[in-house]
Amino acid sequence: MSEPAREPTPVQTRVQTITQMPPSPASQLAPVRTQRLRSPNWITVGQVMVTLALCAFLIVPMLMSVMAGLTVNYFRGVSSGLTLRWVSNVLETYGDSVLTSLYVAAATLALVLLTGVPAGYALARSRTRLSRLIEEMLVLPIALPGLATALGLLAIYGGFSAFRNSLWFIVVGHFVFTLPFMVRSVAAICASIDLRTLEEGAASLGARFSQRFFTIVLPNAWPGILAGALTVVTLSLGEFNLTWMLHTPDTKTLPVGLADAYASMRIEIGSAYTIVFFAITIPLLIGMQLLGIDPGGNLDPQRLQRKHAKRRARESAALADASTSALPETPL
Amino acid sequence: MKLDSIPVTLRQCGKSFRGQRVLQPLELSIGAGETLVLLGPSGCGKTTTLRMIAGLEKPDAGGTVLFGDEDVTARPIEQRQVGMVFQSYALFPNLNVRGNIAYGLRIKKTDPATMRQRVGELLELMELEAHADKPINELSGGQRQRVALARALAPQPRVLLLDEPLTALDARLRDTLRTEMNTLLRGLGITTVYVTHDQAEAMALGDRIVVMSAGRIEQIGTPRDIYYRPSNRTVAQFIGTLNRLCGEVRDGMLNTLGGAVPLNAPLRAGAVTTYFRPEDATLVAPHAAQLHGVIEAAQFLGERTRLRITGAAPDTLVIDVAGHLELSRGTAVGLALRPDALLAFEID
Amino acid sequence: MHDLTFPVRWRIALLAPALALFAGFWLLPIGRLIQLSGGNDALATYRAVLTNRRYLESLGATVALSVAVTLATLVLSVIVGLFLTRHSFPAKRVLLALLTFPLAFPGVVVGFMVIMLAGRQGLIGALTMALTGNKWVFAYSMTGLFAGYLYFSIPRVIITVMAAAGKLDASLEEAARSLGASPWQIMRDVVLPALAPALTASAAVCFATSMGAFGTAFTLATDIDVLPMTIYTEFTLNANMVTAAVLSLVLGVVTWAVLALARNLTGQAAAAAA
Repeated sequence: MSEPAREPTPVQTRVQTITQMPPSPASQLAPVRTQRLRSPNWITVGQVMVTLALCAFLIVPMLMSVMAGLTVNYFRGVSSGLTLRWVSNVLETYGDSVLTSLYVAAATLALVLLTGVPAGYALARSRTRLSRLIEEMLVLPIALPGLATALGLLAIYGGFSAFRNSLWFIVVGHFVFTLPFMVRSVAAICASIDLRTLEEGAASLGARFSQRFFTIVLPNAWPGILAGALTVVTLSLGEFNLTWMLHTPDTKTLPVGLADAYASMRIEIGSAYTIVFFAITIPLLIGMQLLGIDPGGNLDPQRLQRKHAKRRARESAALADASTSALPETPL
Repeated sequence: MKLDSIPVTLRQCGKSFRGQRVLQPLELSIGAGETLVLLGPSGCGKTTTLRMIAGLEKPDAGGTVLFGDEDVTARPIEQRQVGMVFQSYALFPNLNVRGNIAYGLRIKKTDPATMRQRVGELLELMELEAHADKPINELSGGQRQRVALARALAPQPRVLLLDEPLTALDARLRDTLRTEMNTLLRGLGITTVYVTHDQAEAMALGDRIVVMSAGRIEQIGTPRDIYYRPSNRTVAQFIGTLNRLCGEVRDGMLNTLGGAVPLNAPLRAGAVTTYFRPEDATLVAPHAAQLHGVIEAAQFLGERTRLRITGAAPDTLVIDVAGHLELSRGTAVGLALRPDALLAFEID
Repeated sequence: MHDLTFPVRWRIALLAPALALFAGFWLLPIGRLIQLSGGNDALATYRAVLTNRRYLESLGATVALSVAVTLATLVLSVIVGLFLTRHSFPAKRVLLALLTFPLAFPGVVVGFMVIMLAGRQGLIGALTMALTGNKWVFAYSMTGLFAGYLYFSIPRVIITVMAAAGKLDASLEEAARSLGASPWQIMRDVVLPALAPALTASAAVCFATSMGAFGTAFTLATDIDVLPMTIYTEFTLNANMVTAAVLSLVLGVVTWAVLALARNLTGQAAAAAA
């Protein structure tokens, strides 16, 4: 096995990465060496090709469907002209499903906020075996297929036609599926900021539990709450497995409508409908990316670490000032 | 700012956790306005004791905590009116400096005018005026510590509790803040309980020191008591450096490897182990020396040089001399001990 | 230490609403499902279903597909994930964002993506037609399903790999290099072992998701039934609640067992990587 270009590159990249390392002594992160794309050896070429192929595989169909939804005639391609006809057609025919999805997502979010935030806090604060079991239990709806949950719901509540035929039936299914994400997200942030000591501090100043909860716990846990909320909404908008089993012709959500359209409509309509779906979910996803929320609903710990490292670096610098400003005025 | 202070008493307060006893039942009486330091290595129970006084831990059955004449054992921390400074400061990230300091007053629903005045007083006292509106993540370690203190003092607590408040700071800052802290506590006149593992801090700040180890109190006394009259080897070894001198007692002299030392107080004859502090030995001319040895190593520390001397006793002795003395390895030296420098303990 | 600032009555009060809703809308339904799956004679029903050839084939096909998808995803994600972590280039953030969008797609949209690529009017069909004169359409076969499952599995695993790769201590690799190890040896001896926990966890999640995936198969309407489709057919077309219940519980147990196994192997919640 020959690696013709191996010798020059390692030394050069070593020098480069050393200067790229953060200068702050307070940074305790394992250094990640990143390199600029350099002249190739075979391995890198292989990697690049696989990466390009994969990215094409994932991204091209998305672009294609956007284009298909905007062209007059899919078979003739872009040359047939661009139009918003299909999109407006979709909004007319399927506009209800979009609203339904939004209502369901909003209702699910409301339920999850009211029940999941306190639960996440409680589980983070009481690290007992019971609380760990409860966390495990809450995760089960994700571990088991959505079909099982749907069948179960139908089995029990199928008879209560008023409930079964209402939107709340779907909301309930979404609720059990999204609850663990909020609980985990809130629990994670509560654990990471050492809430217990903060609360002891507040208690030492006379604050009762309810006062502490609203003045200290919630304000400090809100990044986790926000991450959980965005995750819940995104999951609810994209939920299909459960919803398909539970829906009625009057309670069609966006994904359910999509399934209909793909099956029975021409490709331009299916694509336009997909564009509508993208238009609703992609801004949410971008928002989550910008805030550093990973798809599991957790704040990226590396980003938090980087923030802390930056703060520590600022502190070390400020320390130099502080030690001079801390000179006592007391007689020596 | 002068605060009302009350005496604190602990009676038969012990603590077990999951069947394991972390603190033996202890008795403690703290005078009003006194600064009491709980000193010991990690795991000795000092923080548990502090938290029992605070109300964050309940003593085992039979223990009582008294604030003045009041039995507060059953009362939670919210109702005890204590001011607590935590090791990590526990400043609220969602409030700025002013907000943190005012928190206790807000909870008590103090009127805005009084609140403003009190917060202003504390900002001035702690020299934080320039930082009053900053979020706490922009503060240095020393500034945070002062905010934590200010916050604890704002609601005028009866007792001030400090859990290793200087441990999180770097050494230089710690020295400076220790002096400031001392002045502050004296000026306030409030009953203070201070937990630390740093003996220099303990001796600088405490009116009395409680040396703790493995869940029990080893000794209570003033800094000088503890240093010069340690009641047992654990205390002696924890405070300052200690040299061990083993030898035979005969005719009022302690005979050892490198010579003999006259004894002030009678010791039973036979083999014995004694201790003395480095500063109690001086380098003297060989003909006037009690012990003779050879320098094994000399470490220049700036204001002093630390010598390690072998041959004078079975164990290597550590002696400090003035920094400007340059002595090399292998030099033969003579030592003389101060008359009552030797410490002997009943139980070793 | 006893937590005196969080009394028991508050713990209960804060957990109660979530637990009540959860019990009412999940525990109870699943309990009923278990009860129903027993039918009149639990043992007989389960034995009948589990020895039925069609169901076994369906289960077998699903497992085989899920395993294949998991392996392919792991290999591809490691290659691409490592590459992306270690190289920077313009618009990298945009690329990463695009790569992670599929995570929010329901199975139906993924199926549609596959149709776009490999359907009768798909891109691959057009390309192969132009190149070889034969149109290659595989969207509606097992290959298409495989592609679809890859589509929603890869983004998830790439993110996990990138997160884990970002935490790798580069000095270990440098030490290996100083001792003369080739890139393959470094991969085998240093990188992969360090990534193993993350890979195990995401492999489990990938497997579990593939086992339970419904929307993609629904859209692609393949000939070969995967288990979720079988369950669906039994319930809606044959009104066979008992069989559907048994099969979905079996599916659930298998999925949960795999996740639990992975969690024990890695010591962290595999579901946390979900």
